[in-house]
Amino acid sequence: MSFIWYCLVALMIAGYVILDGYDIGAGIVHLFVAKGEDERKMVLQSIGPVWDGNEVWLLAGGGTLYFAFPGLYASSFSGFYLPLMVVLWLLMIRGISIEFRNHLDNAAWKPFWDTGFAVSSILLAVFFGAALGNVVRGVPLDQAGDFFLPFWTDFQPGAEPGILDWYTILVGVFALATLTLHGALWVRYRASGDLNIRAARLAKRSWIAVLLLTALTTLASFNIQPQILQNFAKYPVGYIFPALALAGLAGVYLFKDEMKPFLSSCVFIAGMLTSAAFGIFPYVLPSNSDPAKGLTIWNTAPAEYGLRVGLIWWLPGMALAIAYSTYMHRKFSGKVGTGGYGSH
Amino acid sequence: MLRGCADLLWRTMLIVVMDSALLVHRLHFAFTITFHYLFPQLTMGLALLIVVLKTIALKTGDEHYNHAARFWAKIFAINFAMGVVTGIPMEFQFGTNWSRFSRAAGGVIGQTLAMEGVYSFFLESSFLGLFLFGEKSLGRVGHWFAAVAVWAGSWLSGFFIVATDAWMQHPVGYKLGPGGEIQLDSLWGLLLNPWVLWQYPHTMMGALATGSFVMAGIGAFYLLLRRDEKYGRTFVRIGLLGALASSVLLLFPTGDQQGKNVARHQPVTLAATEGLFQTARGAPMAILGQPDTNTGRLDNPLLLPKVLSMITYGRWAAEVKGLNEYPRDLWPDNTPLLFYSFHIMVGLGTIFIAITVLCGLALWRGILYESRPLLWLLTLAMPFPYIANTAGWLTAELGRQPWLIYGLMRTEHGVSPHVSAGNALFTLLGFMGMYTVLGILFLWLVQREIAHGPEAAQ
Ligand code: HDD
Ligand code: HEM
Ligand code: HEM
Repeated sequence: MSFIWYCLVALMIAGYVILDGYDIGAGIVHLFVAKGEDERKMVLQSIGPVWDGNEVWLLAGGGTLYFAFPGLYASSFSGFYLPLMVVLWLLMIRGISIEFRNHLDNAAWKPFWDTGFAVSSILLAVFFGAALGNVVRGVPLDQAGDFFLPFWTDFQPGAEPGILDWYTILVGVFALATLTLHGALWVRYRASGDLNIRAARLAKRSWIAVLLLTALTTLASFNIQPQILQNFAKYPVGYIFPALALAGLAGVYLFKDEMKPFLSSCVFIAGMLTSAAFGIFPYVLPSNSDPAKGLTIWNTAPAEYGLRVGLIWWLPGMALAIAYSTYMHRKFSGKVGTGGYGSH
Repeated sequence: MLRGCADLLWRTMLIVVMDSALLVHRLHFAFTITFHYLFPQLTMGLALLIVVLKTIALKTGDEHYNHAARFWAKIFAINFAMGVVTGIPMEFQFGTNWSRFSRAAGGVIGQTLAMEGVYSFFLESSFLGLFLFGEKSLGRVGHWFAAVAVWAGSWLSGFFIVATDAWMQHPVGYKLGPGGEIQLDSLWGLLLNPWVLWQYPHTMMGALATGSFVMAGIGAFYLLLRRDEKYGRTFVRIGLLGALASSVLLLFPTGDQQGKNVARHQPVTLAATEGLFQTARGAPMAILGQPDTNTGRLDNPLLLPKVLSMITYGRWAAEVKGLNEYPRDLWPDNTPLLFYSFHIMVGLGTIFIAITVLCGLALWRGILYESRPLLWLLTLAMPFPYIANTAGWLTAELGRQPWLIYGLMRTEHGVSPHVSAGNALFTLLGFMGMYTVLGILFLWLVQREIAHGPEAAQ
């Protein structure tokens, strides 16, 4: 049962990163590709009706994690207290920037919120990446399964790590590059004119960065977390996940229209995240020193009944949610800024 | 002199903080949830009223009501955005600030919290996107349906979160595992908790009261200004009917039954909320007073003889146990504040009934729209449902103390062990600063929409 929920939570996280990832990505590239009010508006219109629904994947994923692995929720949220609070503030600034920007039309108001939107999106990408890095590296868990990490210590992923060390920063930068690519592909797909061309150019450049960083991060991760290589050696089926990621990355490069590269980027993200999930299995939060103290899918799960009954309501509920989300994406698809949907 | 004061203040703050990480964590949660709840109460109330407006528009074909709905949709959207950004920290805080509690009880309350995300937030956010951005393309019936879905989503979300709270007030549907862990035993038990069956309708009526008083108040304001008068009359009429209905339902049966639940399941809390120290047959109900926990007396009381026995147990002579019957460590730890907030809520509830009946009579006789004193009354009443709702939650949450999960886990055992008071204070101050700015922005943007008015909203 715990294994099923491990897969489902991993899928929810991947769903969140893919969906909210493109609107965070749109924020990252916002100031770089969109020049002038019309183009800025186009970027915002492309995410306006859907971003909140995308962010709900974080909330629903968090809720799912909460009841399927309460021990993990308790330990990781209190241990990562400080960075999570920063993430909350960033999410708030971002949400308010998107929603309040169009309420007033003057030379100070809109650029102010555009900057808020861009900066919070960039920092969020880095923080989410660093969070993943922390999970892969492991944290100093005590006997009760608790820990508390400061922001940084000596920037080494050694015995006394901080949230930020060279490895987690590397993963953070990798996440930033990935979401830049993702966001640029999204904007290219939804926008026309100069904006489209500039987004395409940025996508090309960030693709190269993503390629290099993928190689670098992968090597570093093998080094930091030996569990990953052991898992691949033990269960070779696992190679399917990195293969998926590589196929996605190749697809971004090879497909010539505008939608398929974006979808390939979704596949790439899903592949990378599932590879990470596969790599640390059966841990959900490894210990950085003593494997026996690590949190696993078993020692953080609640009693069987809750997991079983959870499945009964969760599956139809998520099916409905996916149906709304698909409907919304269809309804608000096509190029923005040509009148019709999405105009206020 | 000034430096001396500042220094003293700083030192007292340090002492308070060093003494008790628990206190800071409680303030952290209390502050953020109180702020969050300012927004959903309007969302849930207005969502229903917008459905009413859209339904009238659909039935009569009168465009006026569609315009009216569009005006409220703008205010709704700003308010919703605030609800969303302040809601996300709430979900996180269970893990960040209350990790012991989450580890022990996450398998139970995680269910309702996850259901809220899966069943209501997706519904609400998707259809709100459609409602706000898709009026032209959806058609009349489609747009009406989107409004209904937003309403359903917001009320469902209210249900799941109130069910979460109800479980903490009155845990059911669980069993204790071999190591004392709290395990879910019956999902239906959790969802149909007898506590939630009255708490939910009471909270929803509280939300409707806020939505209705705001709608009526803004309508009355337009009439006072002699502008947008056609809309003003519509808002006053519909808002007033909602306010009348919700005010009555808040008292009876929902508030009354909540009180009976407290009497039945949390007798210590009942004694504290009523300021009753001595056990009595035919216990009186205090309308006013100041409980003094040191002397064990209610100072300056204004009492209605025997009423408390009647409303809690249905007999004039029934015995009601006083606080002195219970050991001190079971008393809610802030009895005076509990007493005051309960009496503020009930006092305001009574005043709401008086106001709405009075204005309702004037409406019926056709003199309300011209009566400037009554219009002023409606305009100035706007903040008070917010106060009543906040006071109500303070009552519920303070009354639950010293328990985090009533009878199962004391509050001091639920807090995150490794998050120090200093770190929690830092983030609490961060939230206070952020929320001050957000609050000012919110008020200013809403004031702009009101100044633009419904005519300009087209
Ligand atoms: C406009 C808001 C409003 C108004 C006018 C009232 N209430 Fe209320 N009340 C709430 C809004 C509210 C609330 C915010 O929604 C609470 C907090 C928790 C809950 O269940 O509902 C609440 C809680 C609450 C509780 C506490 C339950 C507990 O301890 O857990 C009781 C006993 C009552 N109410 C009873 C009443 C009575 C007898 C009223 C008479 C008029 C009344 N309320 C008016
Ligand atoms: C329905 C969802 C809610 C849940 C699950 C919930 C849960 C909690 C928790 C975990 C705490 C901290 C522990 C404690 O001090 O008891 C708390 C405290 C508190 N909550 Fe709630 N709460 C909810 C709704 C609300 C709302 C809507 C308000 C106010 C508008 C509110 C007001 C407070 C206050 C004032 C405290 C602090 C009490 C104290 O310091 O003793 N709560 N609640
Ligand atoms: C600790 C308790 C609470 C948590 C964890 C919580 C969580 C959240 C979250 C995450 C959102 C944003 C949803 C989105 O992105 O669309 C939200 C909004 C909302 N919440 Fe809360 N909430 C709490 C208390 C309450 C209470 C007590 C109520 C009502 C009784 C409530 C009703 C709502 C509603 C109706 C919304 C919709 C958006 C809006 O506020 O305008 N919440 N909440």
